[in-house]
Amino acid sequence: MADLLDHLRLAALPPEAEAFRTEVKDFLAREMPPAGADIRARSWLAFDGEFSRKLGARGWVGVTLPKRYGGAELDAYRRFVLMEELLAVGAPVGAHWIADRQSGPLILKFGSERQKEKYLGGICRGEIFFGIGMSEPNSGSDLASVGTRAVRTDQGWRLTGRKIWTTNGHKCNYVIALVRTSGSAADRHAGLSQFIVDLNLPGVTVRPIVDMTGDAHFSEMFFDDVELDDDALIGNEGDGWKQVNAELAFERSGPERIYSSIVLLDAWLNWLRRTGRAQQHVEALGRFATHLATLRQLSIAVTAKLAAGESPVVEAALVKDIGTEFEQATPAFIEAAAGADPSAPPDDELLRTLAYVSHMAPTFSLRGGTREILRGMIARGLGLR
Amino acid sequence: MFAEAIEAIITEQCPPATVRAIESGASAQPLAAAFLDAGFHELLVPEAQGGGGASWREFFDVVALCGAHAVPLPIAQTFAARAFVRDSRTLPAGLITLAPSLRGEAEGPLEASHVPFARVSSHVLATRGDALLLLAVADAHQTPSGIHGSLAASLRWEAGAGQEVPGSVTGDRFHALAALLHAGLLAGAMKRAFDLTMAYANERSQFGRTIGKFQAIQHQLAVMAEQVAVGRMAAQAAFAVDQGLPGTAACAVAKARTSEAAQGVASIAHAVHGAIGITEEYDLQLSTRRLHEWRLAHGSEAYWHRRVGQMFIDSDAALAADFGRSIFQT
Repeated sequence: MADLLDHLRLAALPPEAEAFRTEVKDFLAREMPPAGADIRARSWLAFDGEFSRKLGARGWVGVTLPKRYGGAELDAYRRFVLMEELLAVGAPVGAHWIADRQSGPLILKFGSERQKEKYLGGICRGEIFFGIGMSEPNSGSDLASVGTRAVRTDQGWRLTGRKIWTTNGHKCNYVIALVRTSGSAADRHAGLSQFIVDLNLPGVTVRPIVDMTGDAHFSEMFFDDVELDDDALIGNEGDGWKQVNAELAFERSGPERIYSSIVLLDAWLNWLRRTGRAQQHVEALGRFATHLATLRQLSIAVTAKLAAGESPVVEAALVKDIGTEFEQATPAFIEAAAGADPSAPPDDELLRTLAYVSHMAPTFSLRGGTREILRGMIARGLGLR
Repeated sequence: MFAEAIEAIITEQCPPATVRAIESGASAQPLAAAFLDAGFHELLVPEAQGGGGASWREFFDVVALCGAHAVPLPIAQTFAARAFVRDSRTLPAGLITLAPSLRGEAEGPLEASHVPFARVSSHVLATRGDALLLLAVADAHQTPSGIHGSLAASLRWEAGAGQEVPGSVTGDRFHALAALLHAGLLAGAMKRAFDLTMAYANERSQFGRTIGKFQAIQHQLAVMAEQVAVGRMAAQAAFAVDQGLPGTAACAVAKARTSEAAQGVASIAHAVHGAIGITEEYDLQLSTRRLHEWRLAHGSEAYWHRRVGQMFIDSDAALAADFGRSIFQT
């Protein structure tokens, strides 16, 4: 029954992973594009093809992918260290983030040899970028209800439908789309497949969606009779549900579920130090550090399972839910603190950083599975469903 | 290894009925003898000095067990005391508890307020300056708080009471480690409260189904599981030292995180149980009363957050992530 809790075992990063950290810090000291906290707070939504290529040249994109496909063949622990360091400073990793985190690993796990040869090298060089083709206007949490369809043709498949909320879709080369290839929505998990869709194909229209911060990181996609090769199908026809769940496990298991507000926290602390106010917030700072340190240990426990070749679906959901709570509590608290003295408000850069994170904070517990869905998954993991 | 043996003693000798009896004033001696006669006192003393040579990493399971079963004796404290003194032979054979504070002028009366387990201990180990003081409970005037079922009491000794004992863990280190023990107890108690709550949700039926089938209950249990998981992780990570003693920062984070989580865990446990949960007869109260008491013991999160915060402010770590990473040695 409570096996789930026993699965989150204390684990430590191995010494090699720690040694790797210094290399990453050195790289960032040299190559990190200078940017204010408000820009860096965009974190892994910020698209910088140049930075992704530099990271790729260093061998740090697709780090867990095999060397024969261009990866560095590092373990999950070293990936964790790399991710931590990139997120801690708000490096603009958005261009390659999805490909590195889930698209590449998905292709490695379910793709044909030809697909691995075709895509993984470019992913690892930080040259080709992938988006997630899951959500649709009428299919968010109920992902199995997707209506985008692919029907067989002589050359391969014809794709018709829409996707939405694809991060940086308008700047990506490909999406991996979950579509229905047989049956109907009433068949639920059966009859779904995944396709690698080249966004340059005729019939594909991608439009950015402007958000309330003025950014346009989201996008929507229209597929109007897009002709796909046979080759575009990844894995087996009809295995889409199983595959997309494996992809979601990759999506949910990383340390970005605790570090989304870390640039804001650092910006606030730096302001407090500069203006001699840090002591006033000693308890809040201690609470942030306490939560951060402990959440990190939970994230490492999930990483240990990835390193052991497991798919820690429910454990990742648990850590993501409690992690995003911390990520959201950070701007909530800092916003109150920032208004504690109307005669001495924080500087504009801190206010912009705070505003950005406050405005985007609701998405922390929407993306990659809403809070309500994750809690349902945890409940199932506890044997309640 | 030690944990299994101690668990056997606990399950055999310390069922809920025994906990209730001792809380109601029955003698703790038979239960104490079961632990002490098993010869575990020296668990944490290095093998070279004739002890069990257990690491604090291994000790966590023992402490969590004591918390889970609401063992009404300062077992963890008695074992830890032997790691705090330079020579464990300077300590008497009985149960020893740790004082969260000690007030008094030199040559004057001494007061230790709200000492956990005072009512079932023969001695109190306290720190004064950078020394350790061993005080006999029998020599003290005891004032229980009056909290129903609590084993804590405030103790007052006349001038000249107690004897100094050479210690290796004194002052602030003593307080941090004493707090860590309670973090371990909290972790165990939270898990027990969670297990009881899960069992209840799967048994209790209303509206033609078990209440655990309702989404509202499922989500509360998911949140409860998260709090139990994070509390346990904080405590276990702090204990996870193979040589020597856990660091103060780790102790602080462990006590803060378990104390904060305890509030939510107790709250959800009772919400799911309904009225039966607050009765004396039902076992949940054995755990949740402890969650509240142990949250306060040796400093709640209010205290330990300030301690961690001060370390954070004083740290020369460039980033919050760097400071966060420095806390646990694991």
